[in-house]
Amino acid sequence: MPPALCALCKTERALIKRPKNHQKLCKGCFIQIFEDEVHHTIISSNLFFPGEKVAVGASGGKDSTVLASVLKTLNERHHYGVDLVLLSIDEGIKGYRDDSLETVKRNAVQYDMPLKIVGYDELYGWTMDQVVETIGKKGNCTYCGVFRRQALDRGAKILGIKHVVTGHNADDVAETVLMNLLRGDLPRLSRSTSIVTGSDASEVKRSKPLKYSYEKEIVLYAHHKKLDYFSTECIYSPEAFRGSARSLIKNLEKVRPSAILDVVRSGEDMARLVPGATQDSCRCDGKPASHQAAADDDNIGGCGSANGRTNGGEMAAMEKRLRENEAAEAGELETEITVTKIEVQRHDRPNQTNGQPKTPGTNLPVRLKQKLGTCEKCGYMSSQKLCQACMLLEGLNKNRPEITL
Amino acid sequence: MSTIQAAEKPPEDIEIPKPELSIVVEFTGGLEMLFSDQRRHPLSIPVTNKEGNPLTIADLIEHLCNHTMKDTRKELFVLDDHLRPGILVLINDADWELEGEEAYEIQAGDNILFVSTLHGG
Ligand SMILES: [Zn+2]
Repeated sequence: MPPALCALCKTERALIKRPKNHQKLCKGCFIQIFEDEVHHTIISSNLFFPGEKVAVGASGGKDSTVLASVLKTLNERHHYGVDLVLLSIDEGIKGYRDDSLETVKRNAVQYDMPLKIVGYDELYGWTMDQVVETIGKKGNCTYCGVFRRQALDRGAKILGIKHVVTGHNADDVAETVLMNLLRGDLPRLSRSTSIVTGSDASEVKRSKPLKYSYEKEIVLYAHHKKLDYFSTECIYSPEAFRGSARSLIKNLEKVRPSAILDVVRSGEDMARLVPGATQDSCRCDGKPASHQAAADDDNIGGCGSANGRTNGGEMAAMEKRLRENEAAEAGELETEITVTKIEVQRHDRPNQTNGQPKTPGTNLPVRLKQKLGTCEKCGYMSSQKLCQACMLLEGLNKNRPEITL
Repeated sequence: MSTIQAAEKPPEDIEIPKPELSIVVEFTGGLEMLFSDQRRHPLSIPVTNKEGNPLTIADLIEHLCNHTMKDTRKELFVLDDHLRPGILVLINDADWELEGEEAYEIQAGDNILFVSTLHGG
């Protein structure tokens, strides 16, 4: 068959078929439209302000490498006036990060950005190798994920930076939406769909400018722009592809490529229904995004990427522990729910009378975490007395025989 | 599995053994670890498959599993007899979805790139 021509310029040969609309594009038009769409997300969500210092959570992997490259391009093209820094985490897994940190070091030169690497050992007193030595390989991804999540914030604090951007893509968000839907956890679903997390009260704001970018297009962008990225599977991460939410996403994409963005949009719509949650989404109506409070519990788990990818079995075990902690708070929380207003009205829903949302009588216990305090030990934002990292550290430190108080 | 052909065909059907196709197969995005940690594999592959039809991407995938992959974890490359979802294929830099996917008939000199999207952020 004759090669298809690009749907936009109609002169070059099409090399890309866009998953979201099946549009066939040439390399040049694809790169342009990918960048334009990220720019649109940034502008419609008011993500940056001129003079802002922004740390790019950089793992050397495809998502964060594309993020750093696109942000550099857009910052120059559209004069955002942001000051970009690469921030990398060293989990302390011998041999695992060496190559990816080398990649990040090259990226720092390629993109002319300063680089800061922070280690788990300096942040927590434990490297992941030491964690695995103590608890074994089972469940270690949970530790790694919880530690990593705070590590970026803590690293940013060291640098005096109040905004961290991460490479979470549409596939990641869709996966989290499905996971939380399967768990029946709407509050967490609400937070996970938000483009910005971290309230004004919290010290570090987080955002995901690639939230609407397909993983496939990120990989193709990296390929066609010949970006220097590194891919590896975490050596402690079990092969948990089959039966995971990730495999569900990839199978859905195979059957109907638009499914990924559809799940993201559905997640945003469902988030609107969560009491107390205002939601952002790009509806092209110029409405700025609202900020979501970031409890330290979204995106748990997942080694092998900076993106908190989920991992069936370990997830379930950790879930159970966290649920037990939440149960203790349940009474107090239900009182809070009754005074919580739904801020976004859905006029097309008949079972709300005069804007007075009724919590359905037969409702399941709604786990809301509106009240975010700080961890007693480290001061990190947490809805419990101890944040998850400190909770895990407490357990670890008990198991370290030579520990002295 | 070997098929023994009965030599009952009329002489005019006898063909000169076909030459092999020279192509380049590349693995990236983490897939190289399944293929001897080597990104670029110049290969000579048969021009036709078992059925005597022109070799397609589907045949190539089978060929790669049987001849090129030393790693035992075939399921990281192939699931249920098809390429594992989440692996992209670029045929001469074009998305294989534009080229007929598994049914694409391989030409001499083709560059076929397999990219995993599943590893690392
Ligand atoms: Zn074009």
